[in-house]
Amino acid sequence: MLLSVKDIHKTYTTADGPFAVLRGIDLRLAAGETLALTGESGSGKSTLLHLIGGLDTPDQGQIMIEGQDIAALDDNGRAALRRGTVGVVFQQFNLIPSLKVVDNIAFQARLADQYDPNWVGTLADRMGLTEQLNKYPEQLSGGQQQRVAIARTLAPKPRLVLADEPTGNLDEATAATVMDLMLELVAETGAGLLMVTHSEALAGRMASRLHLRAGQLA
Amino acid sequence: MTRATLQALLSHWWRNPLQLFTLLAGLALATALWSGVQAVNAEARASYDAAAAALGEGQYDRLLRRDGQPMDQATYITLRRAGWLVSPVVQGRLNDVRIIGIDPLTAPGDIGPVAIGEDADVVGFLTGAGQLFANAETAQRLTGQQVIITPEAAPGTAITDIGVAQRLLGKQGQIDSLIIAPAQPRSQPPLEDIAPQLLRRAAQGGSDIGRLTDSFHLNLTAFGLLSFAVGIFIVHGAIGLAFEQRRPVVRTLRALGLPLRRLIILMGAELVLFALFAGAIGVALGYVIAALLLPDVAATLRGLYGADVSGTLQLRPVWWLSGLSIALGGTALAASGALYRLSKMPLLAAAQPRALAMAAGRNAVIQGAGAAVLLAVAVVLMFTAQGLIGGFSLLAALLIGAALALPLILDRVLAACSGLARSVTAQWFWSDTRQQLPGLSLALMALLLAMAANVGVSTMVSSFRLTFVEFLDQRLSSELYVSTEDATQSQMLTAFAVPRVDAILPIQFADTEIAGQPTEVYGARDHHTYRDNWIFLQNSAAPWDTTFGGQTILINEQLARRGGLGIGDQVQLQDQVFLIAGIYGDYGNPIGQAVISEAQFAGLYPGITAQRFGLRLDPDHVPGFVAALEAEAGIPATQTVDQARIKAISLQVFERTFTVTTALNILTLAVAGFAILMSLLTLATMRVPQLAPAWAMGMTRGQLGKLELLRAVLLAVLTAMVALPLGLALAWALLAVVNVAAFGWELPMYLFPGDYARLGIFALLAAALAALWPAKRLARTPPADLLKVFSNER
Amino acid sequence: MSDKMVQGVVGRIIALVFLWFLPLQVAAQGFAGLGTDAEGFAIPTPEPSFEFPADHGPHPEYRIEWWYLTANLTAEDGTPYGLQWTLFRSALAPEAGEGWTAPQLWMGHAAVTTPDRHHVSERLARGGIGQAGVIAEPFSAWIDDWELQGDWDTLQMTASGADFSYDMALTAQGPLIFHGQDGYSVKSAAGQASYYYSQPFFDIAGTLQLPQGDVAVTGTAWLDREWSSQPLSDDQTGWDWFSLSFDGGHKLMGFRLQQTDGQNYTSATWITPDGRTTAFPDGAFSAEPLITHQTVGGEVPIRWQVRLPAKDVDVTVSAMNPNAWMTTSIPYWEGPVTVIGSHMGMGYLEMTGYE
Repeated sequence: MLLSVKDIHKTYTTADGPFAVLRGIDLRLAAGETLALTGESGSGKSTLLHLIGGLDTPDQGQIMIEGQDIAALDDNGRAALRRGTVGVVFQQFNLIPSLKVVDNIAFQARLADQYDPNWVGTLADRMGLTEQLNKYPEQLSGGQQQRVAIARTLAPKPRLVLADEPTGNLDEATAATVMDLMLELVAETGAGLLMVTHSEALAGRMASRLHLRAGQLA
Repeated sequence: MTRATLQALLSHWWRNPLQLFTLLAGLALATALWSGVQAVNAEARASYDAAAAALGEGQYDRLLRRDGQPMDQATYITLRRAGWLVSPVVQGRLNDVRIIGIDPLTAPGDIGPVAIGEDADVVGFLTGAGQLFANAETAQRLTGQQVIITPEAAPGTAITDIGVAQRLLGKQGQIDSLIIAPAQPRSQPPLEDIAPQLLRRAAQGGSDIGRLTDSFHLNLTAFGLLSFAVGIFIVHGAIGLAFEQRRPVVRTLRALGLPLRRLIILMGAELVLFALFAGAIGVALGYVIAALLLPDVAATLRGLYGADVSGTLQLRPVWWLSGLSIALGGTALAASGALYRLSKMPLLAAAQPRALAMAAGRNAVIQGAGAAVLLAVAVVLMFTAQGLIGGFSLLAALLIGAALALPLILDRVLAACSGLARSVTAQWFWSDTRQQLPGLSLALMALLLAMAANVGVSTMVSSFRLTFVEFLDQRLSSELYVSTEDATQSQMLTAFAVPRVDAILPIQFADTEIAGQPTEVYGARDHHTYRDNWIFLQNSAAPWDTTFGGQTILINEQLARRGGLGIGDQVQLQDQVFLIAGIYGDYGNPIGQAVISEAQFAGLYPGITAQRFGLRLDPDHVPGFVAALEAEAGIPATQTVDQARIKAISLQVFERTFTVTTALNILTLAVAGFAILMSLLTLATMRVPQLAPAWAMGMTRGQLGKLELLRAVLLAVLTAMVALPLGLALAWALLAVVNVAAFGWELPMYLFPGDYARLGIFALLAAALAALWPAKRLARTPPADLLKVFSNER
Repeated sequence: MSDKMVQGVVGRIIALVFLWFLPLQVAAQGFAGLGTDAEGFAIPTPEPSFEFPADHGPHPEYRIEWWYLTANLTAEDGTPYGLQWTLFRSALAPEAGEGWTAPQLWMGHAAVTTPDRHHVSERLARGGIGQAGVIAEPFSAWIDDWELQGDWDTLQMTASGADFSYDMALTAQGPLIFHGQDGYSVKSAAGQASYYYSQPFFDIAGTLQLPQGDVAVTGTAWLDREWSSQPLSDDQTGWDWFSLSFDGGHKLMGFRLQQTDGQNYTSATWITPDGRTTAFPDGAFSAEPLITHQTVGGEVPIRWQVRLPAKDVDVTVSAMNPNAWMTTSIPYWEGPVTVIGSHMGMGYLEMTGYE
């Protein structure tokens, strides 16, 4: 099993006291599968994604990725996980503004020591970024920036791709194109895809879906 | 991984060259400032050493004949053969140049590796060919002699071999004094057994001028640390900014899987690289600035930096080392906080730049409390501080407290102004200025410290100069000093001089004790020289009148402090009772001193007759008088000392320091101005959203630009108003606390409003210059950029 | 007057003055011309005839000259000590002169070497004023309070430094001996030479005043007399000089002049117990460094293999205290040695040109 999440709890301290964001989540995802995670704002779906991506740690529960419990990892271990095994596509793209597009795409693969120029070339080509390679992120449109971010995430060929509202900052037409490309390439790499979205249309394009309500799966 | 990360980190600078420039320039300027202060310190030392040399200081004990006359050369041989390691010295005057004859083979001193010049002819020097070493100016007065130009020679002095000096001065077979080498054989017969006619005189290293200049050096050192603090503020600002701006990138890097430790190490390495690079530029810059600003002290600088054979300036390795260490240390100090915050920064913090956010209420409270505590500590220390640590703690508390308090003070002032504002524009201006304050506060603190340092150091240096001049006037007030061999010659001198000079002032003293303190009591002749030149720390009405009248006594500060004596107290000399009428500064004198009238002195110490005399006469007549004295009264010129001339020389040497200090003031302000420029440029991009509404509501971009300029000047004015009292407090602490702690006497503090006004204008100019470019850029912001603020595109 | 300012000038002059001492050093420092050019000075010639006591006195018409005494001493507790007393004369011009302008400069070096310490003192003086000098009859050599005086059958000797002093009596047990050809000692293939004789047969006794207290010592001493005007050729960079006393009474003086081409010029004198000498030309004597040691001044060989095959000498010479570096204006190594091998004994070693 690629991903297996068991009885995850997470509570944040807020101005109004403790707030339980996640209250016992279980889910499983196999390689090659796609899964949509939907829910209202504040339902805890982004938090769950962050926990799976090793960006945050759960208070309780187990997250196994390829048989390894990532909750038990230290900072270095989680960094290694983010570098190679798991790729995250953010809503805000999070490109490095001072690097050219080509370097942004190659960046994570280089970090993970998985740099394959042919694959990066293929990604750029498939994402329609060939003309933009020597530009800086600020010179690109939002859709182009997200395509760069997706290419960057896929460059080290992660086994698990996490996407957090990847098209949330894009208009509908652009969003559809970007989505097509992402699904296509993820399928080609054989990775599992877990996508957080509040768009019913996007969720519908995934093989399965889970709905989160008040920190629990509905 | 490392390569990719470095590429990502360094590309930031490539894309933001202005930021890189400000960071490097900040570091370089701070280092240059430090180097500059070091140069001033070294220059000051060199100047005072030369001045002290002209005033006859020495660092070795000497042997002299008890009667002050030259000794026979055979005495020297006797001493040497008895195992006394002494070296002979002959001195006298030739063409108004002081000739010092030495024996290089026995003279003590650290004889290190010395470059062998082509010009020095050892055979000639030692075998009586007559080489003299003197500076260029002195050389001109030594016509007919073989002079080798030596810049390090004191003004008006020439050094030569003892044999040559004996011949030139007509002192064959005679020696004036013997220098005693510091290291002597383990056993030697006592002096009384071999040369009872000789007297051992202790080294004068701890005497008047030496002590006075030690104090000045200490204060300059304090100033060096202060300027370093200014530099650190700037470096801190530059580094803090660089980290803030890269916060989002750092977050992204970590999200993409870069371990935190690696990131910190790489960013640290990057800073080390920058510090070394900028430090190197700074050292070179300090050197260039010093060389450009101080052409007249280039010789000294050459000594400081080391010189190669061709005479061009060269940077010494130790100079590089010190400059680079300062750059590295300063960077480490300034960056440690930023790196620490980075390491504690949560991975999932809000993505938008925290920027130079408004100081949160809590921070302001902490800062205010810190300032209050430090300033309270400073006030307590002002009254209680003892010792050097106390003195420097006071300085630190004062400066840091004031710097922390500055943003809060400015905030209150701006709030008050805002309340008073009538027009909408004015209201907006005040509140907007207030809002900008946090972003500018570091730069303003740097400006505060720079100005305070300048006020402090100007006050300290100028006070010191006034004191020094007064002291010289007081002690070297006569145009000519003559020593006599005995009472007969004294009478001859008096008889000869009376019709020819304005006044004869005998210098006579007796060793005694007052209030249990060893004291030299002087008998002074009633003359306006004393009334004109002596300045009292405290005195009763007409102290000289009562003293010359025989009722009162004048004592020095040391005697007053140690003996617990004050004005109006009684002291007793034998059976005579005197009231203390005045206490005078006697800088550096280790023992007590007192002055009574000549008549009283003669009554108390009838056995003592004056063998030194100060003569008042027209300075132009001095050479003629000296010649006539020799020709007609048989008192040789070697027994006279043209002190007025020596005074003039030492003052001239002294002046250099002030040139350098002025140059340094300008440099410090330039650095502070740079800090302002940097902060304004950084704020400029963040300013657009704040200014856009004002623009939308009908203010032109030109108006906004002018207001930006006005704002910078206004903040500088407000900062200057805080800096002035801070600088004065600083000067006071240096003169009245640190100095007393270090040397036991207080340097009087004088105020120089003209200097402060000039400094204030410089500071405003620096601030205005710094604000000019950002304001111009703002005035030219394309309307499209302003419009963007209102669109969702942004 | 400003002592600091004077120091600067003094430093320059002193540096120049020292160039005139120890021409070997001068050569080593690249001032070969100074050391080898006679410039009006007298030059040693072969087949000399010496007149005593006159020749115990100075020869101002020659550029350099020395009275060089070394001694191997033993305390009552068996601790070995070494002692040096040296007076150098260096002339700026070939005349005696009088007063400060006399062109004769004097330099004294004194040292006491213990197994773990090396005490050094140095004195400098001008000739012509009485501070230092040598007179032949009655013999006295002095600089400041240091003195070597007597009739050469017996001599009294004193010297002092900041941390030591000594007071010694010497008694000659044999005749003077003459090196090279009757005292004409050739120093290079090019023919540079000096006058050189020794009194190697002194018994010595006296007291060393050291920081740890007074030490009564006895032993043997070797006094060298040498003068010349051009003792070195251009390509010679320093020398290694051995004075060895073997058990049984034979003695060996040998020196090795280092050349820039890596070759050496050697010379030796074999001395029998009754004072008969055999002089050996270049190549007969050899000295090979075995072990070097880093001293405060330079890296020097402190163990040598010394050979004189003609006399079946093949010995290892080792420094008693490897740190016997002379921290004088012109630095060099000088200290007592022990001899082991075909012959057993002790002696003194001087090495220059290593700093």
